[in-house]
Amino acid sequence: MSTAITTEARTAPATYIPSAETLGTVLAPGARPPRPSALSASVTFGWRAMLKIKHVPEQLFDVTAFPIIMTLMFTYLFGGALAGSTTEYLQFLLPGIMVTSVVMITMYTGVGLNTDIEKGVFDRFRTLPVWRPSALVGMIFGDVLRYVLAATVILTVGLILGFRPGGGAVGVLAGIGLLVVFSFAFSWVWTMFGLILRSEKSVMGVSMLVLFPLTFLSNVFVEPTTMPGWLQAFVNVNPITHLVAAVRSVMAGSPDAGAITWVLASSAVFVAVFGALTMYRYNRK
Amino acid sequence: MRKRTTGLAIEATSLVKSFGATRALDGIDLQVPEGMVYGLLGPNGAGKTTAVRVLATLLRPDHGQARVFGHDVVREADVVRSRVSLTGQYASVDEDLTGMENLVLLGRLLGHRKPAARERAEQLLSAFGLSDAADRQVKKYSGGMRRRLDIAASILNTPDLLFLDEPTSGLDPRSRSQVWDIVRAVVGHGTTVLLTTQYLDEADRLSGRIAVVDHGRVIAEGTPGELKSSIGAGTVHLRLRDPQQRPEAERVLAHALGELVQQEADPVLVTARVSGHGTDVEASEQAARALAELALAGIVIDDFSLGQPSLDEVFLALTDRPAVPANTDPATTDPANHEMEVAA
Repeated sequence: MSTAITTEARTAPATYIPSAETLGTVLAPGARPPRPSALSASVTFGWRAMLKIKHVPEQLFDVTAFPIIMTLMFTYLFGGALAGSTTEYLQFLLPGIMVTSVVMITMYTGVGLNTDIEKGVFDRFRTLPVWRPSALVGMIFGDVLRYVLAATVILTVGLILGFRPGGGAVGVLAGIGLLVVFSFAFSWVWTMFGLILRSEKSVMGVSMLVLFPLTFLSNVFVEPTTMPGWLQAFVNVNPITHLVAAVRSVMAGSPDAGAITWVLASSAVFVAVFGALTMYRYNRK
Repeated sequence: MRKRTTGLAIEATSLVKSFGATRALDGIDLQVPEGMVYGLLGPNGAGKTTAVRVLATLLRPDHGQARVFGHDVVREADVVRSRVSLTGQYASVDEDLTGMENLVLLGRLLGHRKPAARERAEQLLSAFGLSDAADRQVKKYSGGMRRRLDIAASILNTPDLLFLDEPTSGLDPRSRSQVWDIVRAVVGHGTTVLLTTQYLDEADRLSGRIAVVDHGRVIAEGTPGELKSSIGAGTVHLRLRDPQQRPEAERVLAHALGELVQQEADPVLVTARVSGHGTDVEASEQAARALAELALAGIVIDDFSLGQPSLDEVFLALTDRPAVPANTDPATTDPANHEMEVAA
């Protein structure tokens, strides 16, 4: 009994008594350093995203398990019927399923931002004298890491199942690069929704509503030539179609300059339009 | 460099902010002198938090103007941001990160290089008694520790103006008094503090001046002494052993205090206002005299306490209606808060 008490007394933290003296040392005004550059502030916020992954690694489940399931499911579901064999189909499907999975993961940017704002820490960030978009840019930097991770996981599964890209390592890396650039730009759609919508659930709901038609009504699973004309019309303007065409061409070793230009141009438009809308909402939240 | 003038830290004129049909700020005016704790006192929903958010550049006012150290909070938001800090009502720290990581993150965002940010973080954690918890996630902190970290984060760059939005809500008495000591130290070093609170005793202990806010307007303003003298110095609460002695007790109290005795539902409770002409000493004298007269009259008392007027009583006095409708936050109306202070 007595030992128990002494142990507790030793391990229990001593009660904190604020002392004017020690507080005085931290309250003495030091020189204020110059404000950090836009890039430095964004990278610092990116570091925060890394720390969050370090403390809550479960969140990587979405970017690992989900892509594996997608790849296996569609390869074996459609492979035999559409291309005669699963290995044959995989050569066509893999770049597309990679695009689908990564673009779907972008919606977590909006969900994450919405929960973050709910918790109040953004009140502090928004009262800091730093480049305004840096908190959001940094957050998306963190998400870019997740996109790279998801793409790598899918590529690995694909290589194991028999995916043999004609473009070799360079082609595959260039393909993933294009995909990541587009996803970074596309994430700004979700930051906007994350700021507008009231709850995490509604952000999810809207994201699904946009992402399902966008990813499925495309050239990811089949060539659009057998589709009715009105559907082909949609598929042909769908940015995902162009992204898949570009990634596929680069990975196959025969880059489609038109599609690549389209991807880069649409990325710039997404950042300009949705980045601006996001910042407008962010400043008035 | 810190400017030492006797000017105004905050000057707000006719601020209006509506959310849909709700007018959170309805033409609020504030003049906060530099170098003191200025209390914004009011019940839930009075507009205190909205006022703080406008002044801290988080919200744009619909109408009116606000200047912080002479800089407009809308047009010169960035200048204002470089001189203020905010500790919000809900934790303005990242719960997933450790205490150390939170402070290093902010240090970096304020422009410190990594080693300097780390050194500053260590100093702050030690001064706020959080060194042992430096590498623990904030979500595992107690309410008091979290609040201390929050304030430490706010003074990382020794701001000229610190906003503290209900810094002691939900804290136990010990943590409350720790926060009070910290606030005193902060203002002692020349930082102006705008503090919002629902507790009169808190505003009274810390503030040089207080503005009482209701429905988005300032309904009274002055030093704590001025406010209290306008509403009486306190309240005496009695618990009788024998409910049959209540009429007699009420008569004695009314005579001793010269004030109306309030009707209570519980037959053994008697409550009476003490005028005391606004000073605490006179209020104590009057209360002591009342206690002596009750004893002389042979009335048996189980419990006797003298408390400050509650926020409820302030509101009754200023607006002729209670501060909060029944069944809202019990903390605002709980007389235990006041009795505790007397006992301590």
